[in-house]
Amino acid sequence: MTSPAAKQPFIRLEGVSKTYRFGGKEFLAVSDVTMDIEEGQLVALVGPSGCGKSTLLKVLAGLHNHDSGTVQIGNEVSPFTPGRDIGMVFQQALLLKWRTILDNILLPAEILGLPMAASRERARDLIEMVGIANFADAYPSQLSGGMQQRASIARSLVHDPKLILMDEPFGALDALTRERMNLELMRIWKESGKTILFVTHGIQEAVFLGSKVAVLTAGPARMAAHFDVNLPEPRTLSVKTSEQFGQYTKQIYALLGMD
Amino acid sequence: MPSFVRGHLYAVLAHVGFLVFWQLAVSIGKVPTYILPGPIDTFLALGEPSYNWLRHTWITALEIFGGYGIAVVVGVALAVLFVWIPALNAALMPLLITLNMVPKVAMAPLFIIWFSYGVFPNMLIAFTICFFPIVLTTYRGLVEVEPELLDLVKSLKGNRWQIFTKIQLPGSLPFLFSGMKVAAVLAVAGAVVGEFIASDSGLGYFLLVQQNALNTSAMMMALLLITGLGVLLYGTVAALEYVFVTRKGISP
Ligand SMILES: Nc1ncnc2c1ncn2[C@@H]1O[C@H](COP(=O)(O)OP(=O)(O)OP(=O)(O)O)[C@@H](O)[C@H]1O
Ligand SMILES: [Mg+2]
Repeated sequence: MTSPAAKQPFIRLEGVSKTYRFGGKEFLAVSDVTMDIEEGQLVALVGPSGCGKSTLLKVLAGLHNHDSGTVQIGNEVSPFTPGRDIGMVFQQALLLKWRTILDNILLPAEILGLPMAASRERARDLIEMVGIANFADAYPSQLSGGMQQRASIARSLVHDPKLILMDEPFGALDALTRERMNLELMRIWKESGKTILFVTHGIQEAVFLGSKVAVLTAGPARMAAHFDVNLPEPRTLSVKTSEQFGQYTKQIYALLGMD
Repeated sequence: MPSFVRGHLYAVLAHVGFLVFWQLAVSIGKVPTYILPGPIDTFLALGEPSYNWLRHTWITALEIFGGYGIAVVVGVALAVLFVWIPALNAALMPLLITLNMVPKVAMAPLFIIWFSYGVFPNMLIAFTICFFPIVLTTYRGLVEVEPELLDLVKSLKGNRWQIFTKIQLPGSLPFLFSGMKVAAVLAVAGAVVGEFIASDSGLGYFLLVQQNALNTSAMMMALLLITGLGVLLYGTVAALEYVFVTRKGISP
C-alpha cells in the first residue's frame, strides 16, 4: 500500500450524470454521482425506486454512455478490461431454459471465447461454491427461484471478472430465502475477493452486506452520502439486532428523508 | 413410467372405443351403407384395386408434405431475415399481416390459371395457407428476448451473431413448434381443397369422383387416409418438439 499507484481507487466516479433522450424529451436519470470504490469492497447502493440505480450500473457496465463527469474503472495495480472484467446479476436469474445449469454458467466463457476445458472446470468449482453442485446437469425449470439465482451468481463469476454488478439480485425472493442468500453472498464475496456493486431497496440488506453503503436520493439520483460500514466480523444474522446496525439503518432512513 | 403407459393406454382405448361405437351405431341403427358405412365396410374399401389408393395417397402426401416443408423453410428464413434487417421487417411485416387476411383457399382458382392443375398448384395452396403462422410465430419467438439478457451479453461485448445463435435461435424453438403445429392442420386442408377445385389425382379428387357414384365407403376411407396423413405430419412435429423442447423442460 505504499506505491503511488495504490492511491488510485479501483473505481472512481466523479460528477457522473446520465440523461435519457427519447422523442425529443430529456430525462435526467443520474445526476452528479461522486464516489470511490476500493478493490474487493462490496458496495451497497440504496435508493428509492426509479432514482437511477440501474442506470448507474448500466453506465458502469458500459451499456450506456454517461453525459458528463468521469467514470474510471481499474488502476495500475489492477487494470480493467471492459467486457472481460464485468459480471452481472439481475433480479431475474435469466437462465437459458434449454441449457443445463452447467452450460448456463458457461455462457460468459463462451461469449468471451475463453478456453472451454478450463472454464468447465471453473464452472464446476463455482457450482459447488454456490451450493447447487447436485444440479449441474439439471435444467433451470427444475430449480427453485433461490437456486436459480445461485446459478446466475456462479455465471457472473465464471470468467473471473474483477467487478460484479448486481441489480436487486434477491428482490424476487421470499424473505427467508433472501436472508439465506444474504449470508451466502457474504461468504461468496469473501471467498472470491471480488469487487461487488449491489443495488437494493432493502436498507437492512444494504447495511448487512455492504462494506460501504451509498445512498441515492429520489430521481435524479444524486449521491446523498456514502460511508463505510464497520460492524463486527464475521457478520452473522445476530449483527442485525446490534445497536450499531440500528444506527446505520437510522442514518440511511434519515438520508432518504424517511425519519 | 407407469403413468406414461397409462396415458397412452387411455388414448388407444379412446380410439378403439370410437371405432366400436361407430360400428355399433351403424349396425344397430341399420343405417344404409350409402349414407354412413361402418368402419368395417370402410376398411373393406381398401381391398378394391381399381381405387388406386397408393397413387392417390402418394399424390396428396406429396402436396401436403411438400407445401408444408417449403413453408417451414421459407417461413423460418423470412423470420430470420426480418430479425436481421429491421427495415425489411418494418416494410414487409404489415404487408404480410394484410395478405394473411386473404382467404388462401379462395386463391386456388387463380393458381390454376397461373400454374395449370396438378401437384404443384395444390402444393402451393398448402404452402400459402401454412406459411403465415410459421413466419409470424417464429419472428415473435426470435424477438422475444428479455432485455436484461441482452444487457448481460452486451456487457460481455458479445456480438450480434452470438446473441442470435446462443439466445434468439434456441429461444424461438417453442414458438416455431407451436406455429408448425397450427400449420400442420392447415396444410392438410389446403392440399385437399386444392384437389377439390382442380386436379386429376389425389385423395381430394378421389373423394369427389366417388361422391358421384354414391360410393360412401370409399369416400370414408379417403377421409381416413387424409386424416392419417395429417396425424403423421402432426405426430412428426410433436415428436420433434418433444426432443428439442419438452424434454429440456422448456415451455413456450
Ligand atoms: N432506456 C430508458 N429510456 C428512458 N428513460 C429511462 C430508461 N431507463 C430508465 N429510464 C428512466 O430513468 C429513471 C431511472 O431509472 P432506473 O431504472 O435507473 O431506476 P432504478 O433506481 O433502478 O429504479 P428501481 O429501483 O425501480 O429499479 C426512471 O425514471 C426511468 O423511467
Ligand atoms: Mg432498477
